[in-house]
Amino acid sequence: MKMVNITLDGNHIEVPAGTTIYESAKQVHIDIPALCYMDLKDLNIRNRPGGCRICVVEVEGRRNLAPSCSTAVEEGMVVKTNSVRVINARRTVMELILSDHPKDCLTCAKSGQCDLQQMAIRLGIRDIPGQEYAEMSTYRLDTSPSIIRELDKCIMCRRCETMCNDFQTVGALHAINRGFYAVVAPAFEMNLEHSPCTYCGQCVAVCPTGALTEVDHTGKVIAALNDPAKTVVVQTAPAVRAALGEEFGMKPGTLVTGKMVTALRHLGFNYVFDTDFAADLTIMEEGTEFLGRLTRFLDGDTEVQMPILTSCCPGWVNFFEHHFPELKDIPSTARSPQQMFGSVAKSYFAEKIGVERKDMVVVSIMPCLAKKYECQREEFMVDGVPDVDISISTRELAHLIKQANLDLVEMTDGDFDLPLGESTGAGVIFGTTGGVIEAATRTAYEIYTGKTLEKIDFEQLRGMDGLRSATVDFGGQEIRIGIAHGLGNARKLLEEIKSGKSQYHAIEIMACPGGCIGGGGQPLHHGDASILQARAKAIYEEDRNKKIRKSHENPFIQQLYADYLGEPFSEKAHALLHTHYFDRRKRVFQI
Amino acid sequence: MSSVKIELRKDQIEKIHETCEQFGNSEGELINILHRVQGTFGYLPAEVQEVIAEKLNIPVARVYGVVTFYSYFTMTPKGEFPISICTGTACYVRGAEKVLGEFKKELQIEVGETTADGKFSLSCLRCVGACGLAPVVLVGDKTYGRVAPDDVKEIIGEYQS
Repeated sequence: MKMVNITLDGNHIEVPAGTTIYESAKQVHIDIPALCYMDLKDLNIRNRPGGCRICVVEVEGRRNLAPSCSTAVEEGMVVKTNSVRVINARRTVMELILSDHPKDCLTCAKSGQCDLQQMAIRLGIRDIPGQEYAEMSTYRLDTSPSIIRELDKCIMCRRCETMCNDFQTVGALHAINRGFYAVVAPAFEMNLEHSPCTYCGQCVAVCPTGALTEVDHTGKVIAALNDPAKTVVVQTAPAVRAALGEEFGMKPGTLVTGKMVTALRHLGFNYVFDTDFAADLTIMEEGTEFLGRLTRFLDGDTEVQMPILTSCCPGWVNFFEHHFPELKDIPSTARSPQQMFGSVAKSYFAEKIGVERKDMVVVSIMPCLAKKYECQREEFMVDGVPDVDISISTRELAHLIKQANLDLVEMTDGDFDLPLGESTGAGVIFGTTGGVIEAATRTAYEIYTGKTLEKIDFEQLRGMDGLRSATVDFGGQEIRIGIAHGLGNARKLLEEIKSGKSQYHAIEIMACPGGCIGGGGQPLHHGDASILQARAKAIYEEDRNKKIRKSHENPFIQQLYADYLGEPFSEKAHALLHTHYFDRRKRVFQI
Repeated sequence: MSSVKIELRKDQIEKIHETCEQFGNSEGELINILHRVQGTFGYLPAEVQEVIAEKLNIPVARVYGVVTFYSYFTMTPKGEFPISICTGTACYVRGAEKVLGEFKKELQIEVGETTADGKFSLSCLRCVGACGLAPVVLVGDKTYGRVAPDDVKEIIGEYQS
């Protein structure tokens, strides 16, 4: 590798040619401030439009200041990152950005987590000259079932555009208009709801300001908890326990399962259950469906649709309904764990405890924003009443806990309630990329071969690469598995299927980077992808700590089938646990 | 959202496809394609943008982004008699703003809009190089100089028969 010598703030450093000034500075622990720049290294996601100009530096011999995030080093370059000229320019740029930015920090949903606010603090901005003459943006508010767009707060960093287009290939958002009126918006400034948006929430996850936030349902939860007529049941998704602690200053990757259960009980939920239980149930249904299709396929049935695709991720479901409706018969018909849980809670469990469906409120804690939309879908309602009433994100749960004056860090560990709180290690790993297919493999292998697995861990299915493939030996039958996280990666696998070139028997797809651990409702990673790695590690640790690690061995799942559902894929299971998909390809003239 | 809703005929769609193909269906040629298509249609309604996006296999949001970035592109059809008011420096100081206001009032439309009967559209431009005649108004290819607000009614009247 060719190396280049530069002098940066008096430090002589040697860096590989092609490195940016911004990255080079990190070598000598100089952290150049930047707003639009984002580099999620392991995930290969990068945003550096050089647009915000906060990261400008002085390069000797150049007339203009250079944006350090998009200027490559050159041999002998002498750079100053903190000269008076740089500091003044940076301050002016910041003042200009702030001049038409709303000043409602105290009540802004992003307050305390806002990169712009942090930058104002860091640069010591105390005054915005000319503020009284500055015209303020008055862009309309756009509310969808999952995401709120408050574009007055957009600073045109275009991180959301990068996520939506380059990483997710959804193409819902793009920079439009120019000058003062420039914002990031869907085509024709239509509402997000009418665009091909999948509600994956990755735009929200990277937005530095309050321009993109989730629809906040914490008020609804508090109201339900305080309604004496209601039995309020909560379910927590696997990825939440591996990230919630971060909102309370705990190290990324700290598992807070027990503390979270105790906190939920303090909040007043009547039953604290686990979505992991429903994840085990998903494996029973999806696994059975997979084995059914596989057997037919291996028997030479040409009608059968292969490969089977997982269907737990609502962002992914929205994606293929919008972008690949012609493939809508290929994914598993199994509902997502959130919806399976709601359906079982309001039927089996409600009957068991003698509560009427209308008197039960099911709340889900999800790492996800698409779940808010999913639980409002008509097919998941009975007589207009949804199976899952309210879906809130990990971040919203943190707010609820803080509002209730609870100190999560010091909580003692509690246990989930039974029966819908019992789960296996297989249910836990749903929270990370590769986890669903590993859980399915554990069960499908044993059912297919009739043998007990010698080794439960399928290391070949794990990892952070966006596209992975692995082969698992089912007693002599080779099963080829594909895994994708990020919808751009999923798109590649779907194109293969469309052109008849797919070599896989089964494919797992998760919309978000790293799977649910990187979901749009998780604590913000602020551009540090290593946080996702830490969360994934925690998920696998939780799996290892479980006594039972295969879904079909969950005694309460077995009981549910014995007492209520019959067997996987039975008629009753179909009615309660399966779904169908729609062609939602949108055209302008239909809106 | 486009103020006009249209449904494209099959031959119109084919014409757009043809243009895209002439440019190799290349995303990099988007501006050229839009330019050519606007030349054919007179404007770029949402439906046209959608056909282009589909043909080039890019999000329609990206096409819209380009259309709204360049002032040359328009999403509303120009009127039969497009009226342009020069608001360049010379015309501006000689009262172009008042003339513009009078046109808005008479036609009941804003800048960038077209009258309901499709007859007139209103736009502003910067300097036609006839500053000696300021303020200047163009209707189609015809130039009117030293226009006063009181002249506006008469100018419109010329085209109303």
